[in-house]
Amino acid sequence: MASTVGIIFSSMNEENVPEITKVRSMGSVPMGGRYRLVDFALSNMVNSGITTVGMITKNNYQSLMDHLGSGKYWDLARKEGGLILLPPYSGESETLYRNRLEALKGATAFLKKCKEDFVVITDSDAVYKLDYSKVIDAHIEKNADITMVYHEHEVVKSHYYINFETAADGKITDVAINSTARGVRKNYINVMVARTSFMLHLIQDAIQHGYTSFGRDILSKGVSTYNLYAYKLEGYYASVTSLEKYFSINLDLLNKDVRKEIFGDRDVYTKVNDSAPAKFTDTAKVKNSLVSDGCFIEGTVENCILFRGVKIGRGAVVKNCIIMTDNIIGENCNLAYVVSDKDSVIRDNRTLAGCEKQPYFINKGSLI
Amino acid sequence: MLRKKECVAMLLAGGQGSRLYALTSNIAKPAVSFGSKYRIIDFPLSNCINSGIDTVGVLTQYQPLVLNEYVGNGQPWDLDRTFGGVHILSPYEAKTDTSWYKGTANAIYQNIRFMKMYDPEYVLILSGDHIYKMDYDKMIAAHKAANADCTIACMQVPLSEASRFGILNTREDGSIYEFEEKPAKPKSDLASMGIYVFTAEKLFKYLELDNSDPKSEKDFGKNVLPAMLNAGEKMQSYRFEGYWKDVGTISSLWEANMDLLGVVPNFKLDDRDKVIYSRSPLAPPAYIQGEVINSLVATGCEVEGKVVNSVVGTNCVIEEGAEVIDSVLMGNITVKAGAKINYSIIDEDVVIGEKAVIGSPIKQALKVGGKTAGIAVLGRGITVKKSGKIPAGEIVDKDV
Repeated sequence: MASTVGIIFSSMNEENVPEITKVRSMGSVPMGGRYRLVDFALSNMVNSGITTVGMITKNNYQSLMDHLGSGKYWDLARKEGGLILLPPYSGESETLYRNRLEALKGATAFLKKCKEDFVVITDSDAVYKLDYSKVIDAHIEKNADITMVYHEHEVVKSHYYINFETAADGKITDVAINSTARGVRKNYINVMVARTSFMLHLIQDAIQHGYTSFGRDILSKGVSTYNLYAYKLEGYYASVTSLEKYFSINLDLLNKDVRKEIFGDRDVYTKVNDSAPAKFTDTAKVKNSLVSDGCFIEGTVENCILFRGVKIGRGAVVKNCIIMTDNIIGENCNLAYVVSDKDSVIRDNRTLAGCEKQPYFINKGSLI
Repeated sequence: MLRKKECVAMLLAGGQGSRLYALTSNIAKPAVSFGSKYRIIDFPLSNCINSGIDTVGVLTQYQPLVLNEYVGNGQPWDLDRTFGGVHILSPYEAKTDTSWYKGTANAIYQNIRFMKMYDPEYVLILSGDHIYKMDYDKMIAAHKAANADCTIACMQVPLSEASRFGILNTREDGSIYEFEEKPAKPKSDLASMGIYVFTAEKLFKYLELDNSDPKSEKDFGKNVLPAMLNAGEKMQSYRFEGYWKDVGTISSLWEANMDLLGVVPNFKLDDRDKVIYSRSPLAPPAYIQGEVINSLVATGCEVEGKVVNSVVGTNCVIEEGAEVIDSVLMGNITVKAGAKINYSIIDEDVVIGEKAVIGSPIKQALKVGGKTAGIAVLGRGITVKKSGKIPAGEIVDKDV
């Protein structure tokens, strides 16, 4: 493939799930039992042959750094390139970046040093599989300035979203931000491809003109000036736009076809830990659930995602729940539609319930 | 910092493991899968790193491909070091004396130069076919405290079984006055675990002597240890209490796997202070839809059938209506719809066809007995066709 560098925003759209991102950045939000959200974007990059990735961080990135380490689990601990953390306050800025454009400004020094011809820029709030090298092929073929990846689905309202219109050949004719239009639209998934030199030019131009928004000042206004092309992501895509959505994406992974598509013919890389295999005792009853290493199950579990090291006590009934790492659910507990963040303990005999549209959220490290 | 290591561990991993039959047709015994996500070698390697020993030579000879690939640079065990770390030591060609490893002692002898690179005070000799957790550091401390030349780890075994082991006859202070290899009439119930700490210079001296003795079988238990004892060197026993299992036979391998099951298992894997490290595969968490009772299930599995009293390795698929009972599935195994598996050990990459019947329920199988004690054993990579049958106690290493 064409030589490509990746840039991942690890801290975008955190406003959508303040409960979960209070203690971590979006990229390190736990997902699917053993993963963090950043694993999906990062694995897409690695599986597309990208070996240099800049990770733009903001605040609260301790958990993300702990997860990524040197990058060795993604084969990104390299002499040449590899995983490079781009902390805030780099370059000349004295304040924390406020938007995507300012964040990219902070990454210009990194981008300038890169020898790669193309750059893929993505968020880390979504579960999807995409071979970025195919996007670059399309980008070259269309002679585009920027190629924007979209997914067709019903518009999901979140704090900031973009959808667009295209001509028959895929050229983007209109970019709308927070549009009030509803129904199935071409929703931009915050994945774009450009030549590295062009991206640097855009950033430089934005600085000179005092632009503040990549979407509004560059993409939306640039429709007539630049060659913006669209690339359609087929298949599964879901981003964490709310707690409800976070809940449903996790449960989507109980669907065999989704699992096959996301994990099937390639690896999703993640930090390895050394938990023992999941143990089911003679009182365990488990249906339609994902069970990670280190789990110890004595109770009943249905339609759940159990992260690593979760203990389900004898007589407990846990249904439609997302139980994150190292939770202890006591004996005879009754849990339904609960999202329980890491390291929480639910004492014996407790009953907790939310509903599908409004899961009950338990903060990290709670004792209930 | 001094360019030396206080202790170098040498792990004997070259044995064929012929009593595991089809399970070791193509791989060395230490590379055999165990406990759903581990391989046997994970236990001594994890013990080393958990005991503060970061320099390990792994002596391979028989079918080393899988083992070499698995150990790699040692990263999963934190044994990727700039000085020290894990090293695969295979037999090599030299100007004179080129040979395969002719025995346990000869294997170590041929790697004296490796050990000397680290200028160690002590050398720890380990076997690659035991399941246990042990703090070698405590054993080395005991060796130092006793001012011994060689310390042998031992544990009590039932006297009736003692004749299967190397038996230590000791004085009250734990010093050894006699060493008997598999005695017909054992005088004590202290069995050697095949774990030795040597003061390095003594080890090198007796290995040289052993090598120049044409009558020697080049074996630690038969030759080197008795020679040291006869020469009056200080030999000390070190009592180990805890779980230890030689998994050299089909039935002991099955038992050791079963020892992991239960609320309070005989052997605990999820001890957070003594983690057993392994090269973890990249697979999503296990998807459970069927029935899983009293079992271990590793990542990547898709279970829609029934699993009872079993240990299921990574990336196994148990289809709807299939049953796995009292069995060990090593990894990457597909059990198609309606197949029944009872009291079996199935190696990696096996496909069991629809409605196939493998083994018999444990009570019936035990009556069959034989060299596997009634356990049906399926070797690596084979396919059992639709409705195929493999009787209890059968060892299969090609498609049926």
